[in-house]
Amino acid sequence: MASLTVNGTARQYEGDPDMPLLWYLRDQLQMTGTKFGCGQALCGACTVHMDGAPVRACVTPMVAVSGRSIVTIEGLDANGRHPLQVAWVELGVPQCGYCQSGQIMQAAALLKNNARPSEADIETAMSGHICRCGTYTRIKAAIQQAATKGA
Amino acid sequence: MSAILERTSTEPRIGRLSRRHFLAATAGGGFALALGWPSASDAADPPKYGALGMANGVVENPLVFIAIGDDGLVSITCHRAEMGQGVRTGVPLIVADELEADWSRVRVVQAPGDEPRYGNQDTDGSRTTRHFFMPMRRCGAAARQMLEAAAAARWGVPVAEVTAKNHQLVHGPSGRTLGYGEVARAAAALPVPATETLRLKKPADFRYIGKGNVPLVDGPDIVRGRAVYGMDVVMPDMLFAVVARSPVFGGTLRGFDAAAALKVPGVLKVVEIKGTAIPSAFEPLPGVAVIASNTWAAMNGRKALKLDWEGGPNAGYDSVAYRATMEAAAAKPGKLIRTQGDVGAAMGSAAKTLKADYYMPHLTQAPMEPPAATARFKDGRMELWGPFQSPQAVRGGVAKRLGLEMDKVTVNVTLLGGGFGRKSKGDFASEAALLARESEGKPVKVVWTRDDDLHHSYYHTVSVEHLEAGIDAQGKPVAWLHRSVGPTLMALFMPDPKTESPIELGMGLTNLPFAVPNLRIENPEAAAHVRVGWYRAVSNLPHAFAIQSFVCEMAQAAGKDPKDYLLELLGPPRRIDPRELNDTWNHGEDPTLYPVDIGRLRRVTATAADAAGWGKTLGPGRGLGIAAHYSFTTYVAAVVEVAVGAKGELTIPRVDIAVDCGAIVNPERLRSQMEGAVMMGIGNTLGGEISFKNGRAQQNNFDTFEVLRMNAAPKRIEVHMIPGDYDAPLGGAGEPGVPPVAPALCNAIFAATGKRIRSLPIKGQLSA
Repeated sequence: MASLTVNGTARQYEGDPDMPLLWYLRDQLQMTGTKFGCGQALCGACTVHMDGAPVRACVTPMVAVSGRSIVTIEGLDANGRHPLQVAWVELGVPQCGYCQSGQIMQAAALLKNNARPSEADIETAMSGHICRCGTYTRIKAAIQQAATKGA
Repeated sequence: MSAILERTSTEPRIGRLSRRHFLAATAGGGFALALGWPSASDAADPPKYGALGMANGVVENPLVFIAIGDDGLVSITCHRAEMGQGVRTGVPLIVADELEADWSRVRVVQAPGDEPRYGNQDTDGSRTTRHFFMPMRRCGAAARQMLEAAAAARWGVPVAEVTAKNHQLVHGPSGRTLGYGEVARAAAALPVPATETLRLKKPADFRYIGKGNVPLVDGPDIVRGRAVYGMDVVMPDMLFAVVARSPVFGGTLRGFDAAAALKVPGVLKVVEIKGTAIPSAFEPLPGVAVIASNTWAAMNGRKALKLDWEGGPNAGYDSVAYRATMEAAAAKPGKLIRTQGDVGAAMGSAAKTLKADYYMPHLTQAPMEPPAATARFKDGRMELWGPFQSPQAVRGGVAKRLGLEMDKVTVNVTLLGGGFGRKSKGDFASEAALLARESEGKPVKVVWTRDDDLHHSYYHTVSVEHLEAGIDAQGKPVAWLHRSVGPTLMALFMPDPKTESPIELGMGLTNLPFAVPNLRIENPEAAAHVRVGWYRAVSNLPHAFAIQSFVCEMAQAAGKDPKDYLLELLGPPRRIDPRELNDTWNHGEDPTLYPVDIGRLRRVTATAADAAGWGKTLGPGRGLGIAAHYSFTTYVAAVVEVAVGAKGELTIPRVDIAVDCGAIVNPERLRSQMEGAVMMGIGNTLGGEISFKNGRAQQNNFDTFEVLRMNAAPKRIEVHMIPGDYDAPLGGAGEPGVPPVAPALCNAIFAATGKRIRSLPIKGQLSA
């Protein structure tokens, strides 16, 4: 059995300890903001925060989340007004939008540790994420905008 | 809440439709349905073009698309599928503008698949804005006039004294006003005005069209993780399924053992899905489905299946060997597509000749959301939810496969997590429907994993383009020979075709608009060994890559500047009737309304070149490359700047892309489509490849199927949009940005390094 918190709510999990956090969130908690893209930590669509650090939920087994605090895109900001979320909307970053939860969660972790990331810092932090629509230049611009407005 | 039209998303009904606006459903299998073949049903009928040529044509009834509540909230129905191209913003804003609605009081409703009710819904071929700009304007204008008439009746004044403005009806002489909600009920009861009585707004009065001031409808939901894609459909009592499919296209299941799979905790049932003999169109592949209480259990159950596959006719398919087969075919004459002058004689007397083969491998769409669909079968009715580019095709496919009447099948359209052509094929929807039938009324969600997606796609074709040219002593082009070899997507719909359809050929090959006196285009044979489908920009990709690379090679041979040489080949500004080029398809559009306009192609070329500073001095290892291409009735040119390091490290400081798609409805989304097209074009070129061995796709995930990531992406993309006339025909926007990108990139690499890339992907070629 695993005890964890998801966006501040205490949760108990009983089941296959190998089940990735992704499917616990999506199928059991029905929190579908965290996306399935590859299942092998290759695309970043499933990125959530575990004790504040970005992890790929698709390869994080439930046994590894016991006692941990998980934050998903739904819990990033109570009002959905995180500076990154604001910048994303203002700059019209999304096209299809499917990868953007993961992109935003990764960017939020970046800004927490590096309030003024350089272009190279952003590329290093974000290149584990794939956007097939090709929104990379706008993602970069939105992170820079959020950084200057204080994330 | 009362409404102009009350409706629910799951039980569409005909309502008060004005029948005269209806066009009869045209006949047509998957081919016409999917690709927009002009659909004259017999030779005696005049051909129908544009939206009218598509299955179920156009519906212009405002009662179908617009509802206004007593509170004034305007609901606009979007009947096209949203996959990132922005239609859920772009289509409703057209209606809202003509309706004089305040965008802050508009909500967007997604239509289910029901083409007799909504008109064509096949969201493909860069057609949405091109086909529905005018119909949606007329819908909005008709509703506005109905509101004005209702207000005039309420006040007892002549309707000419009433004007709708920004969600209010204003009586000019008295200054009295009424809100839209106050007269919505009365307006709904009025007759729909006839088309010829509609008063469309003047472009100068547009509020949203062309302004780029309307934020993305789904933006706030997307950034909060609230947007619902097909993969995200959640229902009570839902079951989850994954399917093990034949690893080779055309293979069959000899037998299977599900005992171990059924012991996996959470696994509930194992169901065989029968395949369909080739040509299998959009039917599911043969497979074995594992149904479980969650996705993870279903995946584990699938791993435990024991499967015995018969490989079938494609079990020997090897893409390396097949390349040699295609190159051999390209070395010999093939089916004649177009000829003018005498290429043989002109080559013989040319001062210089050159030839080159260009190879483009199979690619795949790989949308970030893999295919997924949910179905529920209850009380004889099948209902589906999913990311469907062509929901009516899903409806027809499911009805046929399960032996149901069409009116027993409801298809709801979620957001698409990318489409790029993959999600116009409803194989995954039919899988869900077949499994739902076995699940006692419970909804079943079929989830494709990434390896499922890469192994069982409808792939972009594989191709060899053989080009030869002759130039005279002054460097002028005098002869042009192009042999295009690649399996056709027609193999989805007919047994073993070997030559390309007019649609594929019409994507930049047959309709090549170059001013060369002697020209010959041939199409030698090639057979399909995988499901060849369509991928964003389709056959334009290999055609533009080869032709625009070869232009640069010719410039080099002639000792001329590549941009100048491209303009020389295009020749003087003129409008060419596509029929003169032997192009019978012309993107399904009327050749008199949509000629090939060389002036426009020259203009985007010059615009991109000027913006990029063409001719500027760059340091060592740096270079500019240019390419221009006409597709989906839109003109695009790109200039790519590259920097190549000593060890072949490639960076792309900047791309300039110029687009002329005629009038621009939502410049903000046109810009994003061009940015995305640049990214996708570069990704295709740098690393994109699906290879086959023993009939099996060799790439399993994004480690081996390389797509563009931020570290390799251009640092800067400048989009230059040529404004157009709102009274002239519109062009497409979703696809035409992609084709010129690959050749512009390869031409830039040549300028920087002297290395000519003729085989994609580039991968390690620069370090070799």
